[in-house]
Parts: sequence; structure tokens; C-alpha cells
Amino acid sequence: MAGSTPASATGETSAARARGVSPWGEAWRRFRRHKLALASLVVLALMALLLLFGPMLWKVAINDIDFSARLQSPSLAHPLGTDDLGQDLFARMLYGGRISLAVGLAAMLMAIVVGVLIGAIAGISRGSVDAALMWLTDLFLSLPQLPLLLLVIYLFRDSLKAAFGPEVGVFILIVFVIGGFRWMPVARLVRAQFFSLREKEFVEAARALGASVPRQVVRHILPNALGPVIVAGTIDVAAAIIAESTLSFLGLGFPPDIPTWGRLLFDAKDHMDIAAHWALFPGAAIFFTVLTINFIGDGLRDALDPRRVLSS
Amino acid sequence: MGSYILRRLLIALPSLLGISVVLFTVLALAPGDPFEELATNPNVPAEVRLLLRAKFGLDDPIWQRYVHWLMAMLKGDWGFSFISRVDVDTLIAKRVPVTLAVIGASQLLALAVALPVGIVSAVRPYSWFDRIASTLAFVGFSLPTFFTGILLILVFSIKLDWLPFVFRADIAATGWPWWWENIKQSIMPITVLGLFQGASWTRYVRSAVLDVVRLDYVTTARSKGLAEHVVVMKHVVRNALIPVVTLVALQMPAVFGGAIVTEQIFRIPGIGSLLIDAILRNDTPVIMAVTFVFSCLVIVFNLTADLLYGWLDPRISYR
Repeated sequence: MAGSTPASATGETSAARARGVSPWGEAWRRFRRHKLALASLVVLALMALLLLFGPMLWKVAINDIDFSARLQSPSLAHPLGTDDLGQDLFARMLYGGRISLAVGLAAMLMAIVVGVLIGAIAGISRGSVDAALMWLTDLFLSLPQLPLLLLVIYLFRDSLKAAFGPEVGVFILIVFVIGGFRWMPVARLVRAQFFSLREKEFVEAARALGASVPRQVVRHILPNALGPVIVAGTIDVAAAIIAESTLSFLGLGFPPDIPTWGRLLFDAKDHMDIAAHWALFPGAAIFFTVLTINFIGDGLRDALDPRRVLSS
Repeated sequence: MGSYILRRLLIALPSLLGISVVLFTVLALAPGDPFEELATNPNVPAEVRLLLRAKFGLDDPIWQRYVHWLMAMLKGDWGFSFISRVDVDTLIAKRVPVTLAVIGASQLLALAVALPVGIVSAVRPYSWFDRIASTLAFVGFSLPTFFTGILLILVFSIKLDWLPFVFRADIAATGWPWWWENIKQSIMPITVLGLFQGASWTRYVRSAVLDVVRLDYVTTARSKGLAEHVVVMKHVVRNALIPVVTLVALQMPAVFGGAIVTEQIFRIPGIGSLLIDAILRNDTPVIMAVTFVFSCLVIVFNLTADLLYGWLDPRISYR
């Protein structure tokens, strides 16, 4: 990712160019110009740190039932209040956030891998293979996604639960289903990139030097096609988090003992008149995560997708 | 033109068939059993259950059941709901108008927001208006519909008590009171869906107008001495809308997805909540029919977009 390369270019553009900045350094320079994206990166990093290390510091069990403290508003003992069984919402939010983020990242990886694979195969092979793969892509694009997501999850939840245990089974299912419905834009992007890149002089040169087709693809074409894919992947994380929350919110996602943010909202919506905080905190958490990821995606687009840059 | 429509329909048909095969296989492979309820009911002997299974053809091989279903579907027989004990097509016919009304109104709202805001943003890029509008657009499509719905209910139904939060299809009043009640109960769902869509469309409109506004012919129009609003409305917007139409059509599956969530929050008796009910109660014929109707709607919208595209842009020839 762009953030992994520290900026060597602190001075002016021309000075930086003269010293020979790597493409990643150049991307990071452009990314930093997007102030909101930079701020979002900081906020998201802080949130991720809190989710990672929070449970080590806040040692309240997520299923610690306490009927004397039902539906309490935020207080010192319970920073985010309690739910209808007196369970501490802060601990549950920390736990659920880990799962929401993990689902988002895993589903994104799945979508990217499938999308790049199909897009690359379609882009490098012409004719009937390309046509068949694109027909498949269009078919998937015109499937009604949410109804199918609901359907597949409802139908196969129990058998996977039996096979892998409730937590891992549902996790695998949700990641596969969300990832399996989000690869199409990536495949189209990669295919379009391949179409223009494979005719470029440097690929022709590689071909003339006797590079095999896999080598051309892996060493020469793919690295140059990655920019838009990274941008799409970032947006996909946000979309997957929303998809997971939607499923849980409809009661078809994770079971009640695994409190993802969407599941917390689903449980909270019947108690809104007396315990509004219960719904507000997880909702706000989803919103801020998705918002920051979207802003980072926008910044990455400025940084990595040269076609989109209006004035640099 | 006529032959083009015909050919597009012929391309759409295999897609529909493909979708129906996918749906049918998923449902057939699923471990659920619509007669589970009968199996646990001690008053129903096992032989009756087996007879029922045989009568509905649940023990045949999958491809045979698929062909059987397809033939029945083509003849207009959409099956029989196991749970409601009504024909599926009457059930769906009752629900579809509600969904289409809510979706249609919200799309109009979305356009009413996205077009002016997107155009003004693009005509003055990086101005204060553009910055605020872009940030708000980001906020708008990062807010999941289920959360906006809950927020609206919290503010307008629970705190202020202005709007009802349960949608009622059986309002007894007639005439003006009927309209008034319906408008009151539709405001929140339409706002939730419309603002979510409007936020993402604002960005499309803005970038499409930005692409066009720098072209030479726009400069020519200005140098002819045309008024600014004529240049923008007649020369820029007309051309900028072409890609927007495609994007809007491609968003249709997402719109219907959003409608499912909204219907669930506000308990609107539409096709989306019918689907969720059917899924939760394992009502296979209804699930199959509703998902299929969703697919048909999506394909119809894609087709409409293609036709609109040609109408908006005479340079595209139908071949």
C-alpha cells in the first residue's frame, strides 16, 4: 500500500524528481495532498489499534450478564452503556469490530483474487474464452445480490455451522458469499487494463526477448495494472463491511452470541425508545469506519490512478 | 431500432435462463425442507408427508424439477405458497406495486438532489460549494440505510412523534385523508433510500459534467456569446448525462437491495419483506419467484438504459 513507503520527497516536486523518487514515493506524495484521506488514515489506524489492543485493556467479558444493570446509559463502569441483559456494550463493540474489520478485509481479498484471476485470463486470451468469461461477469452483475446473499446464507448456514463450529462456519460463509459477489468490477477493470497494456512497447519488448506468457503477465502487465485494483479493493472493504452489517441487521448474519456491529443494531432496534445509545454507538462505528475507508479510497485514487488526476 | 430491441431481448433471454438455473440449483441443493413443519407435527402421518412430497415432485432429479418449474412458469403458473396458502403470483402482484412506488419516489428524490448539486459542483470545481457538497456526498453514501432509517425513526417518530414508523397498507380513510396518511408514512422510507442514492449519483453527475465541461465545443458555444445557463443546460448537461444513465441502470440491483433493508426497517409490505419472510419460513416457491422477479426487474432496467442511451446520443447507431 502507499502508506508503507515513507516519503522521501519532503521538498518541492522538481527537487524530488531530480533525486529520483520511486513510484510509491510519488504516490504517497500525491496521497498526502488529500487532507481528508490523510486524516481518515490516522483515524482508521487509531480505531484498528483500539480494536486490536482494546480487549487486552478492557477485560470485561462480552457475555457477562448482569440483570441489575439492564439498559443503562453510558457511565464510568460501562463507557458505552449496557444492553437488555446488562452486558457491557464497550466490550461487545470491541469484539464485534474485530470481526467486522476481519470480514471486510477477507472478503476484499477474496474479491480481488477472483477478480484479478478472471480479468487477467480474459484479458490475455482473446476470442471465445474472453467472451465466455465476460458473459459470466455480466451474468453475476445482473444477479440481484442482496436477495441471493440472504438466500445462500440462510440455506447453508446450518450445514457450515455443523462442519466448522458456529463462529468459523458463519465467518467462512459470509466472506465467501460477499467476496463471491464483488469480484466483477475488479475483473472488468483488470481486463480493460490488460487490453491496453499488452499492446504497449515494453510488453512487446519482453515478448520479443522470448518471455513466456505467464512471465509477461506476472512481471510486466500485472504490476502496471495494480493501481486501480488497489483503489477498487479499498472501496470493497467498505462495501463488505456494510454488506456484513446489513446481513446481521436483517438477522441473517452472525448468531446473537457473536456481537458484530450489525448484530448489535439488530438487537437494539426494538429498545430504541428507552435505550437509544445501544443503537447509536454501533451505527456510528459502522459509519465512521466506512467513511474513513471511502475517503482513503478517494485519496488512493488521486495517488494511484493517473487517469483520474485533474490537475497535479 | 426494432431489430436492435429484438436482438437485445434475445441476448437477455439466456441471461435470465442462466439466472433461473443458478437460483433453482441453489435452492434445490439447500438442506432446508419445506415440509419440515409437517415432519415435526405428530398429527400428520409419515405416509401423508411422503405422498405430499411426491405430489409436489420434491423427490425427482433436479433437472427434471427445473424443466417442470420452467414450463409451469412460462404457462403463468408460479406455484403455491406453502405458508400463506395462496397462489404465488397473487401474493407477488399484491406486493410489487408498493415496492415500485417507494423505489420510484425515492429515485425521483435522488435525481432531484443529484442533478442540480452535481452540475453546480462541476461548473465551479473546487469552490466552497463543491467541497461541502462532495464531503456531504461521501457522508451520504457511507451511512448505511439501516442506520439512517433507525436515526430517522429515533428523531421523528420517538422523540418528536411527528411520523408513524410502521407502514400500514390498510388505511381505512378515503380521499384526501388517505393520501395524507400515505404521504406521512412514506416520507421516511423515501428519504432514506433517496438520499443514499442521491449521494452516490451526485458524484457521478459531477465527474461526468467535469469530463464534458472542458471540451472544445463548450468553449465554442461560449465564444458564440450564448448565455451561461444555455451553455450549461443545452450543451454540457445533455452530453454529460449519457454515461450517468448507464451508471444509474447498473446501480439498480443495489437499489433493490437497499429497498429490502428499508422495507424491513419500516415494515413496508413490499416484495422485499415478502422475500425475507419467505426465507425465514422456508417457503421455497415464494423465494424462487421473488428472486426471479428481482432478476427480471434488473434486466429490464439494463435494457431500458441501453435504449435510453441511444436516444440521448444519436452518434450511437443500433447495429
